[in-house]
Amino acid sequence: MNNKVYNNRAWLLVLPMLVLVAFSAIIPLMTVVNYSVQDVLGPHASFFTGTEWFRTMLNDPALQTAFGRQILFSLTILAIQIPLGIGIALIMPKQGWQASAVLILITLPLLIPWNVVGSIWQIFTRGDIGLMGWSLREIGIEYNITRNAGDAWFTIILMDVWHWTPLVAMLCYSGLRSIPEAYYQAARIDRASKWAVFRYIQLPKLTNVLVIAVLLRFMHSFMIYAEPFVLTGGGPGSSTTFLSQSLATMAIGQQDLGPSAAFSIIYFLVILLVSWVFYTTIMHMQKDKTPQGGA
Amino acid sequence: MAEIVLKRLAHTYSANPQSPEDYAIRQMEHVWHQGGAYALLGPSGCGKSTLLNIISGLLEPSEGDVLFDGQRVNELPPEERNIAQVFQFPVIYDTMTVFDNLAFPLRNINVPHHRITPKVEEVADILELTPLLKRKAKGLTADEKQKVSMGRGLVRDDVSAILFDEPLTVIDPQLKWKLRRKLKEIHQRFNITMIYVTHDQLEASTFADKIAVMYDGQVVQFGTPQELFETPAHTFVGYFIGSPGMNFLNVRHHAGEIMFGEMSLPMPTRFVEAIANTDSANVKIGIRPEFVSVHADKRDDALPARKCQVQDLGTYSIVTFELGGQTFKARLAEGHPDFGDDIHVTFDPDQLGLFVDDYRVEVQA
Repeated sequence: MNNKVYNNRAWLLVLPMLVLVAFSAIIPLMTVVNYSVQDVLGPHASFFTGTEWFRTMLNDPALQTAFGRQILFSLTILAIQIPLGIGIALIMPKQGWQASAVLILITLPLLIPWNVVGSIWQIFTRGDIGLMGWSLREIGIEYNITRNAGDAWFTIILMDVWHWTPLVAMLCYSGLRSIPEAYYQAARIDRASKWAVFRYIQLPKLTNVLVIAVLLRFMHSFMIYAEPFVLTGGGPGSSTTFLSQSLATMAIGQQDLGPSAAFSIIYFLVILLVSWVFYTTIMHMQKDKTPQGGA
Repeated sequence: MAEIVLKRLAHTYSANPQSPEDYAIRQMEHVWHQGGAYALLGPSGCGKSTLLNIISGLLEPSEGDVLFDGQRVNELPPEERNIAQVFQFPVIYDTMTVFDNLAFPLRNINVPHHRITPKVEEVADILELTPLLKRKAKGLTADEKQKVSMGRGLVRDDVSAILFDEPLTVIDPQLKWKLRRKLKEIHQRFNITMIYVTHDQLEASTFADKIAVMYDGQVVQFGTPQELFETPAHTFVGYFIGSPGMNFLNVRHHAGEIMFGEMSLPMPTRFVEAIANTDSANVKIGIRPEFVSVHADKRDDALPARKCQVQDLGTYSIVTFELGGQTFKARLAEGHPDFGDDIHVTFDPDQLGLFVDDYRVEVQA
């Protein structure tokens, strides 16, 4: 017997959530979609443009460069933060007050608001009053983030590594803690080297947290805005102007609603696509590890 | 090949031990002979895993010595002791195939490639893992995983002892006996000392030739399953071994008679003399439920008791009865005569045991 009661008024219970999601996500997103296919000249003057804005955006050389820059940035910080985070997690104390102390110290950068991070580093790197800028100048190293694009890039990457490696380290630390002691004991009895322990015990057990770490770090670094905006303002020139900053300039600075709407949809789809491809690939690889069929 | 000797061994986790209670392992002497199949049996928290970890080298004893073939190995880490250990939860290297798992200990010590394959195949054959060799270890069942982790111990030629830490905990009951038989087979085939930690007396007695029963950080008896059953050296062994455990009656000597509470127990004279000669107040008579007879009618040598419960377990019944305010158990064969609530019990005089301060005292015939 089926004891379920059919009553369509149950939909009313879903309504509050639906309203909330509509106002926070669906309606704004649809507005963006609406803008992206129109040329908005004024509050009551707009006309349909079809895919014109999308084509314009995709062919814009400045945006293409910013896109390339963005990819380079994300790949660089991933290449540094993931191994570094694993490394830090591996050497962190496992118990006692030292473990708590290190955890707190490591978490500190994560607690700082993003634009404050930018300000801290902006001051830190100044040649006159900044500790790092001043020290580098004193030991004779030419370092100026407002004039030298290389210095600006180096500093933004250093800042991001400082700000976000702790997240990767914490995720890995929690992953490492969940490995039962017996695995290490068995590995000792099997005379496994440190490298073999890492390669065959620790790394496999970290796969899941690393997937999360890579996804989080990719998505956030691909959308990075406040920190470089405060630190370099996108300069010198446009050497550190990332996609989000181009978008903000276009949408808020120039009020080009149509093109920026088309741009943000492309932006959104790129992040979605990359994350989806990455996640599916990893999950597929994991599936391959399980056997096919019976004994 | 190793004879493992524990010399004045003791272990405490406390930095500043005050009393014997601070010790996980109280001072002990023990010898595990080369090639023996041993079990370390005891309840949770009795120190058996601690002892096993001391033997394997995962733990350094705080006092005394561990000798392998006369050589002191206290400070040697597990990797330098030529032992293998199988843990309670199967430890396998998930991302490797079964073959690679088995080859792992050999590759770690740089055994040449052409010698790895035959060795792995040989071990896989014994453990019936051959059809699984190419599979990833991750998807194996618990018993297959446990066989793989055992196999990693068997591939190394230098392994002289395999230690098992409750290895069948996660195995399905119907597979347990199969794996246990496999262990036995391996023991007979290889000349390897095996020490098997468990809290299951059936597991211990089917696997081991000799069982060390641990209680409260001490080995209270080391003997064959038969010895543990017939002549338990300690009340704990009597209680822990057997199903149900031994019955114990607190007794005292009074005017040439053995008193259990207000009741006079009919006892052989040698017991009366032995009990009269002890100074201790903690004197117990032990009798296995198998040697308690239940009668429906009053008899001269029988004690009047009240039946509480009868459990029919198919081939035998367990009768719980009350005697002198305490409950005891009798194990009766199938087809025993019927009786009412008022019963009369007798104890087989040849099967009585005398325990003074919880340790068995031999009573001369």
